[in-house]
Amino acid sequence: MEHQLNRKKMSSGALITVIVTVILLVAVIVLENTMNANSMLFTVLKKAAVYSLVAVSLNLVNGFTGLFSLGQAGFMLLGAYTYGILTIPAEMRESVYYIYQGSAINFSLQGLFQGLFGTAGVGGAIGLILGVLLAIILAGLVAAGFAYLIGLPVLRLKSDYLAIATLGFAEIIRAVFQWDKLGRVTNGANMLKGFPTFSSFNIKDASGAVAVRLSAFMPLLIAALCIFVIILLINSSYGRAFKAIREDEIAAEAMGINLAKHKQMSFCISSFFSGVAGALFAMFAATVQARSFTSAMTYEILLIVVIGGIGSVSGSVLASFLYIFCSEWWLRFLDSGALPFGNISVPFFRNGFRMVVFSVIIMIIVLFFRRGIMGTNEFSDLINQTRRKAKTKKEAAE
Amino acid sequence: MEFFISQILSGISVGGQYALIAIGYTMVYGILRLINFAHGDVFMVAGLMMIYLSASMPLYISVPVVLILTVLLGFLIERAAYKPLRSAPRMSVMISAIGVSYLLQNVALYVTGGQPTTYPAIPFISKPVNIFGVPTQWVTIITPVMVIILVVLLTMLINHTKVGMAMRAVAKDFEASQLMGIKINSIISITFIIGSFLAAVGSILYFTKYPTVVPTSGAMPGLKAFVAAVFGGIGSIPGAVIGAFIIGVCETIIKGTAFTVFSDAFTFALLIVILVVKPTGLFGERATDKV
Repeated sequence: MEHQLNRKKMSSGALITVIVTVILLVAVIVLENTMNANSMLFTVLKKAAVYSLVAVSLNLVNGFTGLFSLGQAGFMLLGAYTYGILTIPAEMRESVYYIYQGSAINFSLQGLFQGLFGTAGVGGAIGLILGVLLAIILAGLVAAGFAYLIGLPVLRLKSDYLAIATLGFAEIIRAVFQWDKLGRVTNGANMLKGFPTFSSFNIKDASGAVAVRLSAFMPLLIAALCIFVIILLINSSYGRAFKAIREDEIAAEAMGINLAKHKQMSFCISSFFSGVAGALFAMFAATVQARSFTSAMTYEILLIVVIGGIGSVSGSVLASFLYIFCSEWWLRFLDSGALPFGNISVPFFRNGFRMVVFSVIIMIIVLFFRRGIMGTNEFSDLINQTRRKAKTKKEAAE
Repeated sequence: MEFFISQILSGISVGGQYALIAIGYTMVYGILRLINFAHGDVFMVAGLMMIYLSASMPLYISVPVVLILTVLLGFLIERAAYKPLRSAPRMSVMISAIGVSYLLQNVALYVTGGQPTTYPAIPFISKPVNIFGVPTQWVTIITPVMVIILVVLLTMLINHTKVGMAMRAVAKDFEASQLMGIKINSIISITFIIGSFLAAVGSILYFTKYPTVVPTSGAMPGLKAFVAAVFGGIGSIPGAVIGAFIIGVCETIIKGTAFTVFSDAFTFALLIVILVVKPTGLFGERATDKV
């Protein structure tokens, strides 16, 4: 009964969006196993999946709750480190932590599970998946836990002070992780490596050759699931409370919404998913280093959210894919010195020109198209609208 | 003892350089309620311009040209990126500021090709000198003196001239001052011009001491200067200067101990403590929020 009610409530637009997402995910598996696996497409897909999750999580605080937080890089760092520290195989630890004579933690989660299920064949695979999943969830929880502690003092602040305070916290976290007294845990300023990456999920046959490639499917699946959860949250009563706070704090409080509780909740959930995205980012990059999680990274993600439209999940996802596809792949020719077609070389096309073009486009969007690609609309709204229009046209014709 | 004196001296000089940037932040925030994230990058661009200009012309020409170009840059940024958003929500303006910062950094990356560039030695101020038996550069002594002179001039401008009075009025109430016949846009432009000029002076002093310029070298000093402005009470010029000196000295002392990694983190920790304990800063005025 309840199931049926839910299905009735779900609009046709939302249903179509879900179906299209599933079709796209299946298409990725098919493409990955038929195309050249080293194609740029898959690298870009993986990165875009990670970025879309962070962008949506940033949008949850900034766009839906109206809290201008700039701490995303810090939460990603927490997630990435948690994942790395918990999943580096025990036998690799000596070589990764060689500067600090070994690690303080001498097990890996997937190692523990493989101890239960065996290391070979299906048991090994189950161990790996459980270990990695648990590590990803813990990565999110650690980020959320820190966010809770940070949120206690900081969330009382107003707009720009909140921004600068969260930015400051991200910088503090980055410094702490580089401190050499913690070297046996965080490996100081050196990188963590050797943990399972996306390609660990390719299914291998007995001879060790790859039978089914899942390395691009995995991050897309995890990102899609997480974003789905965020959408459910936004459409729940909590989500409506967040939006009320965004529109007018005082009015929301007058309507009986507990400001502190809801702000804290939005901030922690957003950080949880940033932490998950951080773990995915670690898997994407295959290494973790505190140095890479700078405030510039947060700015980049914020600009993606702005391009997509502040307050639109679909917009953030679309913008992440567009942004990463353009910056990592389609616009690469701007750096190479020649146009992609013909053999025309352009003198001012050299390293860095791509990013200049990019920042100019971003400035144009910020100044003249302030609503971004999607404004506050979602895909499902657009589909519903066009269907409704078609319906009224039909009725008018009759 | 010698070590201690040298630490304090270099702390005061770093603080002075932060102070010059912080004034730009605090004045813009006082009037527009905007954290001008691009201010640190204007400071970096001033450094880069000095490098390229001094390669082709003598210093007595390149220094004034750099000052003029930086002022022009600050003016143009305000006109192009902030003025069209005057009636937009504050978040949009801040995002625009972040966009400008991104743009300036990427242009700098393109122009330099990603290579660190070396700042030219400016004859008089980079000469070595001994103070209390501690070897240092002239710039260490000149910076605080210069800061004090500039701040006194600026305070005089703000307290005793018509422009200054208009600035104070705009900072107090945007709309009312408009009704009183103050040309808001020109006052805001003047604020940006003063801020950029001080940032350019600051960049000459700062990069003489740390002579490597990379596209991101404006980001950290910029953020620290902002913290200094908040620490001193945003909108207050003496507050920003005192905040900057305190941060400069503390940071240099931390750099001399085993906690070097935390020299940047300390500044932000200070920021958070101040925001939580006394959000108006040392000399800030309490603002009342009307519903």
